[in-house]
Amino acid sequence: MAIDKALAGTGSWLDERFHGAKGFRTFFRKIFPDHWTFMLGEIALYSFVILLLTGTFLALFFQPSMTEMVYHGSYVKLDGVHMSKAYASTLNISFDVRGGLLMRQIHHWAANLFVAAILVHMLRIFFTGAYRKPREVNWLIGIVLFTLALLEGLFGYSLPDDLLSGAGLRITQGVLQSIPVVGTYLSFFLFGGEYPGNDIIPRMYILHVLLIPGLFAALIGAHLFIMFHQKHTQMPGKGRTNKNVVGAPMYPYFMAKTGAFFLFVFAACALAATFAQINPIWIYGPYNPLAISAGSQPDFYMGFLEGSLRIMPAWQWVIFGHTFAFNVFIPALLPLGLIMTGAAFWPFIEQWITGDKREHHLNDRPRNAPARTAVGMAAVSFYGVLWLEGANDVIAQHFDIALYTVTEIARVAVFAVPILAYIITKRICLGLQRKDLHLLEHGVETGIIRQLPNGEFIEETRPLGEDEVAKLALPQPERLPLPVGVSGGEDDVPPPGMRGSIGRVRARLNRIVTETVPMNGHGANGHGNGHGPDGQGAVSSGDQAHAAIGSSGREAGGDSTGGDGSPTS
Amino acid sequence: MTDSTAGPQPGDNEPTGDLFSDLSAHASGAGDEPAETRHRVIGTPPPAEARSLLKTPPPGAPGGPPVPRQRELPADPDDPVSAKRAERVVVACFLIATLAGLGFIAAYLIFQVHSVTNVLHSNLALGSTMGLAFLALAVGAVIWVRRLMPTVELTELRKPEGAEASQFTKRPMVRRALIAATVPVALAPIVLLRDLGPLPGTKLDHTVWRKGMRLLNYGANTPIRPADFSSPGGMITVVPDGFQDDFNALAKAAVIIIKFAPNVIEFSARPEPGKVVQNWTVDNIVAYSKICTHVGCPAALYEHTTHHILCPCHQSTFDAARGAQVIFGPATRALPQLPMTVDAQGYLVARHDFIEPVGPSFWERGPS
Repeated sequence: MAIDKALAGTGSWLDERFHGAKGFRTFFRKIFPDHWTFMLGEIALYSFVILLLTGTFLALFFQPSMTEMVYHGSYVKLDGVHMSKAYASTLNISFDVRGGLLMRQIHHWAANLFVAAILVHMLRIFFTGAYRKPREVNWLIGIVLFTLALLEGLFGYSLPDDLLSGAGLRITQGVLQSIPVVGTYLSFFLFGGEYPGNDIIPRMYILHVLLIPGLFAALIGAHLFIMFHQKHTQMPGKGRTNKNVVGAPMYPYFMAKTGAFFLFVFAACALAATFAQINPIWIYGPYNPLAISAGSQPDFYMGFLEGSLRIMPAWQWVIFGHTFAFNVFIPALLPLGLIMTGAAFWPFIEQWITGDKREHHLNDRPRNAPARTAVGMAAVSFYGVLWLEGANDVIAQHFDIALYTVTEIARVAVFAVPILAYIITKRICLGLQRKDLHLLEHGVETGIIRQLPNGEFIEETRPLGEDEVAKLALPQPERLPLPVGVSGGEDDVPPPGMRGSIGRVRARLNRIVTETVPMNGHGANGHGNGHGPDGQGAVSSGDQAHAAIGSSGREAGGDSTGGDGSPTS
Repeated sequence: MTDSTAGPQPGDNEPTGDLFSDLSAHASGAGDEPAETRHRVIGTPPPAEARSLLKTPPPGAPGGPPVPRQRELPADPDDPVSAKRAERVVVACFLIATLAGLGFIAAYLIFQVHSVTNVLHSNLALGSTMGLAFLALAVGAVIWVRRLMPTVELTELRKPEGAEASQFTKRPMVRRALIAATVPVALAPIVLLRDLGPLPGTKLDHTVWRKGMRLLNYGANTPIRPADFSSPGGMITVVPDGFQDDFNALAKAAVIIIKFAPNVIEFSARPEPGKVVQNWTVDNIVAYSKICTHVGCPAALYEHTTHHILCPCHQSTFDAARGAQVIFGPATRALPQLPMTVDAQGYLVARHDFIEPVGPSFWERGPS
């Protein structure tokens, strides 16, 4: 009961022991802004913790060895079959260790959740512009973490040495071997000789359980530390500016919430592992280089690479007696390279295009950065087409389309869909901005029609509440005119940064990226119907609103972000 | 543990409040500008520690933190009646978690494994109790936070970033020397990896097939006579005699043989004319490498009406009647053909090894 008493007064208990410890106080009163999307990163973090816990359990029983043996265990269907010790010990974990199957399945589900959460978390960061200065480094760390997660997952599901993952490993080896100049050597060094060799499982094992998790721990630590130090971004809202953080303190609110959230994630993994079978390796059978099952699919996160291998036409050159296997290394490296490198460079490209090198702590609503949102959606659809093509045989079967037709369609779609996605997204964003503008100018339609004494009918509107105005009237992504004259007349001499062909490209990109709905004051639309007494009230209900739709976007931005004054450097 | 006094109670608040001694509620603080040092606002750490990595005045010293204002978090939940109800729900959740946790231990003891059915039951019992325990704890904790803890919103100010103390930007010589040093230091561990494996040499150019080596029916491991094929149609996987259990050999040497009806095979359409001039088939039986020339999956599907061999991994499709040349998919080369004949006993044997490397492309493969 002493424990209970101590816990009942957690605050006093801690305080009596760490009284005046400044680190603790800073830590405990850390302010955490709230938005439902902020939990996505937490899901990834907690999946990682679950992976460490369940992975440790599995490592107590797993034998990372390719030594051949004959199985005589509980799974009688494979009795007498030759297999590696890795596969046999995975069978033992599944059938002879109590809770072993549960741990295996939690581990696998958590791995899928881990990658999925990272993916969605990155999308959130991208679409809200949370990667902008000063958070570029954390964005880059995130990209490295994502890449490592793919690798860690691939190694992890290859460890049981079953037929399905063996096919994946074979493909990995084929891809490695296709890399110009060094490919053959890389393959021989990784596999300790020719494929499959006897070394790959123990080597992947040590990478999977030690090196990559170590990198994860270090990078996640850095990620969190930087986030903690820079404080969270926040979504626009009442009282939230570029210079403050509004939210609940770490202790007790965030601690309790996030603790509960960890339990939710664990519960979700446990229940998935209980009711949804995953990776039943005993059905696939042990690895055998001569066998394969139709409809082989990797885990979802490798699907886009699989699809890009399937989509590629058969191109290969032989130059000076050397083989360039474009059909393999282009699809294996290009999409990943495009997405990852593109994502890594994007913050800096955007800075260059917009000339905006100020700090940003207030997130954009995606609609308020139409070009960025459109680029993001183009990338998502590019990934999506490849991912779907990775299951082209399954699609062909379920929808009764000829297999080759699916691939032919995907070959076109991989170029066409991202372009369409870009155009459509940008239009939707601009449309949503117009809707916001309309709401700000006219208020919310109440559906009530009122007759004025002079006989005129007007539609009643309700002015927006303070919260709503704060959200909607946020400045457009503050447009900084480039160091120019960009929009100036032809007589203007362009500044140094804008000269030459690169300067012209920059100016053109700047126009595209900063395209937003012109907020030329509230009378701009010209239909004065809504401007009865109520309508006017709606517009002037908040000075912020008024300012934001005032004549100059830049000044408005300055106003409602509290005069973001950090100098450009 | 499930004692209901575990939540924040009025009595607990005084010491707890100390942690928040200089927090103030949102409304008052939002707009305050930190007018240099003295005027502390809500939850900001002392300005001195924030500004400089070099000198941090001790607390209490000039420029250090001011005497904290005694502000407290709201002590009580917003609605005491609903809080009382919520308290009961939270306790119930934690009780459920207790029971589920006990259930997990019981399930571990009760349910044995060692057979598929047993494992199914054990997994269900262990997983659902574990899931329920975590879920109940989580739900209880969330209700605790949302309904028992008073709603609070606080504001703290950001500080501009930037510390030049490292001198990284100011001293280019140091910076460049450091960058130069990273190159060999980063190369060292890569060099260290050299002994991970042998050099490729020409290993990828050959397989274990030799003159006179019998083709064994994989699985049964029996030699094959042409007469064993009763009718044209199926595809059989064969392996070289003596290597039927050697995965390292089979990963390259696996072969498929297909029996055709007379006059179906078109020899002339072989994509590398001049390379395959001999009739390497026996009695309309033809042998191809089973290893896909794309990335090495076993090309294991055969449709005998169209004579198409399909690799299930990436759908490279080969026309078996026309030298296994590629008719769809990402593979660039035909499946190599194994030269075949019959030995004195009438069994299928290899004439010699493949005349080109089998499997996926590689840099040193060359044009062959």
